[in-house]
Amino acid sequence: MCDTCGCNITPGNKHLIEIKGKLSKTSDGRAAVDVLQGLLSENDHQAQHNREHFDKHQVLAINLMSSPGSGKTALLEATIEALGEQLNIGVIEGDLETENDAQRIRAKGVPAIQIATGSACHLDAHMVHSAVHQLDLSKLDILFIENVGNLVCPASFDLGHHRNITLLSVTEGDDKPAKYPVMFRAADAMLITKADLLAVLDDFNSADAVQNLRNLANPAPVMELSAKTRQSFDKWISWLDDELQHYRQHLARGEQLRPKLQPDGHNIHNNQHVHHAHPHDHKHD
Amino acid sequence: MHELAVCQSIVDQVSHIAAEHHSSFVEKIYLQIGPLSGVEPGLLQSAFPIACVNTAAEKAELVINTLPIRVRCKSCGAETEVSANRLLCGKCGDWQTTLISGNEMLLERVELQTEH
Repeated sequence: MCDTCGCNITPGNKHLIEIKGKLSKTSDGRAAVDVLQGLLSENDHQAQHNREHFDKHQVLAINLMSSPGSGKTALLEATIEALGEQLNIGVIEGDLETENDAQRIRAKGVPAIQIATGSACHLDAHMVHSAVHQLDLSKLDILFIENVGNLVCPASFDLGHHRNITLLSVTEGDDKPAKYPVMFRAADAMLITKADLLAVLDDFNSADAVQNLRNLANPAPVMELSAKTRQSFDKWISWLDDELQHYRQHLARGEQLRPKLQPDGHNIHNNQHVHHAHPHDHKHD
Repeated sequence: MHELAVCQSIVDQVSHIAAEHHSSFVEKIYLQIGPLSGVEPGLLQSAFPIACVNTAAEKAELVINTLPIRVRCKSCGAETEVSANRLLCGKCGDWQTTLISGNEMLLERVELQTEH
């Protein structure tokens, strides 16, 4: 494994990096090009552009992922209320249809852009880019990107965000991390939501949920909370404060903050844009 | 079902590589897909014929190599093969491990027909 970024360049494929892009011939005379490039390189390129845009305005971008109905929007409503005037929040909402979630956020006095993905099961960096252009980032401290409710697809797409939060509501079952390892492995923090219902549920064990997360070798903090009763909400708010400080320290050192774990393509350094078709050279204010 | 989106990205990349090498016919596309990439090889194979219509990759064969999930233990240093939802060290059982293979989502190699 690469010591610099922890990427997946293994002894088995390292030679491909060294000869990357080189034209050779197969035994029967066809031209062969060794590439070793992430499969979503166009998305990754746009994501990097988004991240640079966030960093220019010092906006911490947080990607919220979970199944539908686990309480992402309720978490945001309660977070906006809890933060009050302390921090300026913006929200991008992803759903297949309706403006419902954005309207709920706007009702709290916070700017919200709804992305209706149609049939797409996840947000991608291009959709987020279009939405970002409708927000005034210079007025924000934290941008929440509420991904499409889905425990599978959103984990594979970099949006340019800095942190991944995965929600697990207590009505879903404590074995979700074992069932959806790709999603939960990506979490920089896991929130066990609707904890007020634990009193009437006898089949959700938070310790088991944590163990299932650790079984994915994920050391992420786990917070058990309720957006409805605000139980343990202060821990979540202080996590946000800490992450914002951490992010600003990174920026001050000229470093870029990224989610701790990203799909493989993001980690193949030095060769991201070799085959890139167009320059993305437009400028933002 | 994001495999169609992934296939469209593959076809874009491959078409661009073909154009760079003055080829209008892609014969084979080699991918590395790990079980922890979130992409299902069978679904990629199903989606590919839809994504490649009217491109240089229209007749291309998609060859998908999967690598095993392997972790290195931070405590005992052992490297072991594990399953997707139990990334624990196969030797000492510690959960603090680092993935060394199994999350690949890579375009590895493209074979093209060229004029000369």
